[in-house]
Amino acid sequence: MLQRLRDFFAEREVLEVETPLLSASATTDPAIESLRTRWSGSGTDAPSGQGLYLHSSPELPMKRLLAAGSGPIYQVCKVFRDGERGRRHHLEFSLLEWYRPGWSLSALIDEVADLLRVILDRPGLEREVLSYRQLFRDRLDVDPWGATPAALKAVARASGLEGCDHLELDRDGWLDLLMSQCLEPGLGRGCMTFVRDYPPSQAALARLREGDPSVAERVELYLEGMELANGFDELTDAQEQRARFEADQRVRRAAGQPVPPIDEAFLAALEVGMPASAGIALGLDRLLMCVLGAEQIDAVLAFPVERA
Amino acid sequence: MASYKTNEFKGGLKIMLDGDPYTIVENEFVKPGKGQAFNRVKVRNLKTGRVVERTFKSGDSVEAADVLETDLQYLYYDGEVWHFMDPSSFEQLTADEAVIGEASKWIKEQDLCSVTLYNGQPISVDPPSFVVLEITETDPGLKGDTSGGGGKPATLETGAVVNVPLFVQTGEMIKVDTRTGSYVSRAKEE
Repeated sequence: MLQRLRDFFAEREVLEVETPLLSASATTDPAIESLRTRWSGSGTDAPSGQGLYLHSSPELPMKRLLAAGSGPIYQVCKVFRDGERGRRHHLEFSLLEWYRPGWSLSALIDEVADLLRVILDRPGLEREVLSYRQLFRDRLDVDPWGATPAALKAVARASGLEGCDHLELDRDGWLDLLMSQCLEPGLGRGCMTFVRDYPPSQAALARLREGDPSVAERVELYLEGMELANGFDELTDAQEQRARFEADQRVRRAAGQPVPPIDEAFLAALEVGMPASAGIALGLDRLLMCVLGAEQIDAVLAFPVERA
Repeated sequence: MASYKTNEFKGGLKIMLDGDPYTIVENEFVKPGKGQAFNRVKVRNLKTGRVVERTFKSGDSVEAADVLETDLQYLYYDGEVWHFMDPSSFEQLTADEAVIGEASKWIKEQDLCSVTLYNGQPISVDPPSFVVLEITETDPGLKGDTSGGGGKPATLETGAVVNVPLFVQTGEMIKVDTRTGSYVSRAKEE
């Protein structure tokens, strides 16, 4: 699989890069917890050394490379997410992340589809592109933009989602639950399903659509009822990016979560200027599950963490 | 009050939900690409045995249930409740009909039962997996039939009725699997 992937990018003249696994800063995304470690030789006064985070994604340093004029780049690396363990989750997993300066999200979707056809060895595999809004309207008869949390809860109950009566969630929480539990299992059946145009509250590091700020330029890829990749038309506005990081930190503080420092080197790179780019991260363990028809992520890991 | 966070969830963990003690049967961590993670959990009500599904936001806390599984010796039935004793502390506890349930069909004096205690009181009783009981009544079998091809009902000393091979007679001791309620073998006289 890795050989095919590297051949694919070599042919298209995308440069393979490597960025550090360890960083003094970490993602502020309230839904992702970073693992921490310590560096004793850093020369700090602290007897326990300097705290460093294992990265949860190579996104920010790769964007620094884009800002430095790298051109199109890709990376294959391990990333780490604390607390994530399940049938499809493992706290360390392999990610393929790549960036296309000057490309639109639609062009990147085409390239992702091409790559999957090569890796899955299914040249005729069809793809469909749905909008997030249309998906919720067609399959759950609800508008994700207008619906109140109470209305979304009623949809969850009507969809036979058991044991959610006691849940207190905000709108995005209910949308996440409906997406992962009611919609995801039916996506990517017999074809690649790309879901795009997310609510701005779920934009993460995507830019909002020019002329229509009610839509975030974000895409997710589903295959065989499983989420495989998440991509953005990348936000390049340093001010907006800082505001989102700070909003994340406020959410974290309010929830009593750890508040890691913001990656200032990344924001400085945005200040200098990062070319408009489309980028996407694809979970390679899950892709291998698709190649092999495996139901559990453990089936594609040599030694899951419990036996590592 | 002790509590568990969702990342401590695993099969067998005892938690409180709506005022009842539950045990976790199955725990599945789910998460969309970005955003809120959830734990979808199957739990069994320790009082009723009913299994239901619950969804938790990952990171939420749930109160721990003060539940203990222990081996107690069955002493006697006084016509109303069943009396048990902790063999190490000699403390005596009682279980009523709702708690003892099916177990009453299988246990006799001295048997060691696995009892689930909630706040120190029994809420469920599991009989030993195998018990040896005397047959108090069964139809006489046909002479010469030792193949065990057919079967007949037999009433045991505790009142339970099990299907036994034709060659087994009233007054014999038999071994029964209480989990399935089925005959295993004749038991040797001890």
